[in-house]
Amino acid sequence: MTGLTSRETSPLVAIRDLAVSFDGVKVLHGIDLAIHRGEAVGLVGESGCGKSVTWLAALGLLPKKATISGSVMLDGGELIGAAPATLDSVRGGRIAMIFQDPASALNPVIKLGRQVGEALALHGGLSGKAIRAEAKRLFDLVGIPDAARRLDAFPHELSGGQNQRVMIAMALAGKPDILVADEPTTALDATIQAQILELLTRIRRETNMALVLISHDLGVISETCDRVCVMYAGRIIETAASEALFAQPLHPYTQGLLAALPPLEGVRRRLVPVEGNVPEPWNLPPGCSFAPRCPRRVEACAMRVPLLAPKTADRRAACIMTPSLAQPQHRPEPVYA
Amino acid sequence: MLRFLLVRLFRAALTVALVVTFAFVVLRMSGDPALIIMSVDAPPEAIAAFRKAWGLDDPIWLQYLRYFSAIGQGELGQSMRDGRPAMQLVLERIPATLALTLPALALKLGIGIPAGIYAALHRDSLMDRIVMVTAVAGFTVPSFVLGLVLVLVFSVQLGWLPSGGQESWRHAILPVLTLGIGGAAVLARFTRSAMLEVLGQSYIRTASAKGVPWPRVVRGHALPNAAVPTVTVVGFMVGSLIAGAVVVESVFSWPGVGRLLVVAVANRDLAVVQCILLLVAMTMVSANLIVDLLYGVLDPRLRSGAKAGAH
Ligand SMILES: Nc1ncnc2c1ncn2[C@@H]1O[C@H](COP(=O)(O)OP(=O)(O)O)[C@@H](O)[C@H]1O
Ligand code: SF4
Ligand SMILES: [Mg+2]
Repeated sequence: MTGLTSRETSPLVAIRDLAVSFDGVKVLHGIDLAIHRGEAVGLVGESGCGKSVTWLAALGLLPKKATISGSVMLDGGELIGAAPATLDSVRGGRIAMIFQDPASALNPVIKLGRQVGEALALHGGLSGKAIRAEAKRLFDLVGIPDAARRLDAFPHELSGGQNQRVMIAMALAGKPDILVADEPTTALDATIQAQILELLTRIRRETNMALVLISHDLGVISETCDRVCVMYAGRIIETAASEALFAQPLHPYTQGLLAALPPLEGVRRRLVPVEGNVPEPWNLPPGCSFAPRCPRRVEACAMRVPLLAPKTADRRAACIMTPSLAQPQHRPEPVYA
Repeated sequence: MLRFLLVRLFRAALTVALVVTFAFVVLRMSGDPALIIMSVDAPPEAIAAFRKAWGLDDPIWLQYLRYFSAIGQGELGQSMRDGRPAMQLVLERIPATLALTLPALALKLGIGIPAGIYAALHRDSLMDRIVMVTAVAGFTVPSFVLGLVLVLVFSVQLGWLPSGGQESWRHAILPVLTLGIGGAAVLARFTRSAMLEVLGQSYIRTASAKGVPWPRVVRGHALPNAAVPTVTVVGFMVGSLIAGAVVVESVFSWPGVGRLLVVAVANRDLAVVQCILLLVAMTMVSANLIVDLLYGVLDPRLRSGAKAGAH
């Protein structure tokens, strides 16, 4: 499924104008995002941009002090403000989520087999011996060696990479339609990182499950995703198909991120990280949040927040200095990022 | 697991041996036993005979060994006051002390743990604030003050309960409350912070993210982890079943081990003091041992003792 054709069918998950505040400080400023069946979408941006908060909010996993507005529709059902029982069946059953540090994301005092089995009992309606057999099958599927014995192991007995495989097995237990992988490889070293990404790609191919890959690393996203959303300071500031984005990043921030990427082939190139830091949510500059770090900044940038506007038929960027490359078609319907 | 057990057992034995040694040193440093037992104006020949009879002229290491083996055989000497074996005297008092400390322990566990869990689950709610203020108050007020306040209110003002003595179960109510309230406060605070720590962990979010309903997340994922630190405090409370009531027994004239200790110290009844000391050490050490074993049961990371330490 390409980025273009996927937009013609109705999305599996449609996030509309999702905003989140903590103690009155807005950290997410209205996100629009649609995920279609089977597609792989990357969410990229420096740490603190709101990537995790977006999906934690969608699944109702934020602490109570968070104020959430907007809408997250799953197959036509609203998730924001949904009853606990509804959310419990969605979590793990429709949308599964795995996290950055697998060692601390697994319960240290419960056997791995039981932790996976719990998801199987909740969403697969399995019980007794069937749970164990299915858990072993999942362990085999995600490539855990000596699966039968690992079912009785505890997290501290496995490496970080193995634990992340357990997390993936656990996420697969409920046969979800979407797997949200929040920095799944950030805590792992490079070789293991590649293996885990490969595993996610293979599983997606085999199960036709959609994948939302969250990462601060464009390189990780580029290998795995069809479509990329770049986030900055609580907003999506550019979105495009992977190849298009890598071939020609439109937003100055995306350009900076790409320039900071180590080259794929042996050519030595100086890494140019984007200078400065992401502004704190309670201290955003007026207008474009990226302005203080932007090499193309002009006075008008501080006037108002630039909209995520169409720049070509299927890409959008939130920058007043980025010209539209082609006239966008007229669209009567709301367009998701 | 066996190794773990052996290491813990060895440590327990070592602790008791240290306490015995400590008792020996203190006894020797507190003065010449002959003079203490015999009184200062006894004739020199009598003292010499006493020293010979008790081996007090032997080298100190021999005396130490002899003392050690005597204790090993349960010979803890006689009370100076009534000449009965010190051990018997102490054992007689234990039921009275347990009659206070056991119900108090039940009170601590029954109130402290649920209150702590509730407070953590409803953090910053009104109920949490009430629990915490009560806990801080119960924690800071010394037990003799609390005891006296309870006596003032329930005995002097209201006349509902007796203020001292041991005639009926009603006499036990105020001392048990005095002991229990402070302990429940400590436990509530501790349980609350252990729970809050666990609830903030990533694996709790993982459990929710896979669709486990919240009550089951709390029961199945949070409590087993929060139990690990809480067990330490409970173990300490179990360890002080014998010695934890000294002040309260004195305030309420309750004839338990604690009162016996106070009287024995005042009279320099060393055999009795030493016997109580040993008994207290044994209870503490046993409680500690149980706690260590429970750790192993509750937390697999601690089970293979040496291995967990190496990481
Ligand atoms: N529980 C929380 N309480 C307060 N602020 C939070 C909380 N979680 C996230 N934030 C803030 O929200 C912003 C976005 O965070 P997050 O979504 O975790 O960023 P990332 O893009 O690195 O995943 C950050 O400024 C972060 O400090
Ligand atoms: S709007 Fe202005 S400041 Fe913002 S990215 Fe574009 S050029 Fe830079
Ligand atoms: Mg994050």
